Amino acid sequence: MLQVMGISKTFNPGGVNERRALDGVELKLQKGEVVTVIGGNGAGKSTLLNAIAGVYTVDAGTITIDAEEVNQLPEYKRASYIGRVFQDPMMGTAASMTIEENMSIATKRGLRRKLRRGVKKRDREFFCDRLRLLGLGLEDRLATRVGLLSGGQRQALTLLMATLNTPKLLLLDEHTASLDPHTAEKVLELTKMIIRKYRLTTLMVTHNMEDALCIGTRTIMMNEGRIILDLNDAQRKNTSIPDLMEMFKKASGFAMADDKMLLAN
Amino acid sequence: MTSSIWFGALEQGLLYGVMVLGVYITFRVLDFPDLTVDGSFTLGGAIAARIIVEGMDPWLGTALALVFGLGAGLVTGILHTRLRIAPLLAGILMMIGLYSINLRVMGGKAMLSLLRLDTIYTDVAKVAPSDWAVLSLGLMVAAAAAYLLYVFLQTEMGLALRATGDNEQMSRSMGVNTDSSKVLGLALGNGLVALSGAMVAQYQAYSDVGMGIGMIVVGLASVIMGEVVFGNRTLARTLAAVLIGSIVYREVIAAVMRMGLPTSDLKLFSALLVIAAMASPMITEKLKPGKTVERMT
Ligand SMILES: Nc1ncnc2c1ncn2[C@@H]1O[C@H](COP(=O)(O)OP(=O)(O)OP(=O)(O)O)[C@@H](O)[C@H]1O
Ligand SMILES: [Mg+2]
Repeated sequence: MLQVMGISKTFNPGGVNERRALDGVELKLQKGEVVTVIGGNGAGKSTLLNAIAGVYTVDAGTITIDAEEVNQLPEYKRASYIGRVFQDPMMGTAASMTIEENMSIATKRGLRRKLRRGVKKRDREFFCDRLRLLGLGLEDRLATRVGLLSGGQRQALTLLMATLNTPKLLLLDEHTASLDPHTAEKVLELTKMIIRKYRLTTLMVTHNMEDALCIGTRTIMMNEGRIILDLNDAQRKNTSIPDLMEMFKKASGFAMADDKMLLAN
Repeated sequence: MTSSIWFGALEQGLLYGVMVLGVYITFRVLDFPDLTVDGSFTLGGAIAARIIVEGMDPWLGTALALVFGLGAGLVTGILHTRLRIAPLLAGILMMIGLYSINLRVMGGKAMLSLLRLDTIYTDVAKVAPSDWAVLSLGLMVAAAAAYLLYVFLQTEMGLALRATGDNEQMSRSMGVNTDSSKVLGLALGNGLVALSGAMVAQYQAYSDVGMGIGMIVVGLASVIMGEVVFGNRTLARTLAAVLIGSIVYREVIAAVMRMGLPTSDLKLFSALLVIAAMASPMITEKLKPGKTVERMT
């Protein structure tokens, strides 16, 4: 499904702030596979997701989605294959537009936008059906501006929008990290439900070790722009959180003690 | 009544209102501080005036103004999206470049008089009472422009344009070609601005190479006043507010001039008006939950 072959990315090459964020990353995802990604701050997790989504071009390597090489495709074209939810709940929706307008934009992901009405009557029914999945009562607030919603509501909406046109690949970048624990749990439940319902191939970055080990079927760990650990489901079953910490220490040479990964538990 | 300054301000409010709609698209919808406006307003006036002076149809001149305004916005958009020139600089470059172009359009003269020449208003005066010619045409054009915008901004393309101005990252991740959206928005905005310039030039019976100076500030002041007076809860309301703001602005100008403010101080007055609006937290608050005033800068 997704093939990432030897991609590297250096920010500010040659400058004083030169930073090698990705260093020959290799990753293959099968169709329907759900993979969690962990790693310390600055490990390159977000950069990996951004590179796949096409936010910037990579310096080396290739990215293939369903046998199509997408390296040269700009972000907005790759969007036809990819649904995304960002860490910042403000990032995934347009605040000055209504819920139905936001959803209408999402239904046109990967399609040509024409000069015809964006929100039609039968769209509204469809939007309501989907919004009901969230159980947040948003189906009664189609004409509410998204800026008036809470962070958790916005994030849930973003998740819904990212999957409204079933994407080939779902990229989640710590999408519950800036929500309060209760809301985070709720959004995570929704995430699991949606992934299961539409059998989405997913790459999910998290700082929560517990989530990392129990969601999906595989966990990869990144450090300094590289994948340093790749655990399949069987291996994960025999791995405790302290084990994971230990593995991180071994693989990277650093303890994770002062990292927020620990605090997340 | 028809000769009163309040009536004149109403006429101007509608004619300039078309320009304010243009500024609304670039500045507010697209969040693009587009200074091209100063040049494209004059461009519209210059084209219409030249066509009329050459003895051609004033309607043709007005239509050409619209078309070339679209073109000017298109170029600004390309400067920004293809050459990656920052919005402010792209607009300034266009404004400066257009200054020379506008002079050329006007045959090297800083002013073209349209006195005793037929304009679109003389045509309208044949079918309507002449005192009401400007008002009725202005109302028709402004209302039509606002209505078309209202419809367009709710189409799939229009939604993409609004999303681009609101949240570029989100738009791209939803498959919106944000570069195209920007070019489209800038073209539309400047098209309206130039159309307004053409109508204003024919109204005042001359075009002047400096007639667009400070238009961006006038546009902004009008948008802000309209939203404060009339609100921006829905799209329809906001568009109406933009036109109302333009009228309110002209009435305020008429009032301060009546109180003895010299014409030469008008631009300072407009600038102070915008600064006051930006500085007022109460107004900033009022403009939520749409774009905040801060985001417009
Ligand atoms: N746009 C950018 N310009 C310059 N440097 C960047 C940019 N984006 C990321 N970096 C750098 O690349 C490195 C990897 O960053 P990245 O955001 O991928 O880390 P991360 O694993 O997502 O970390 P976190 O857990 O803190 O989100 C960091 O050192 C970061 O400073
Ligand atoms: Mg990150």
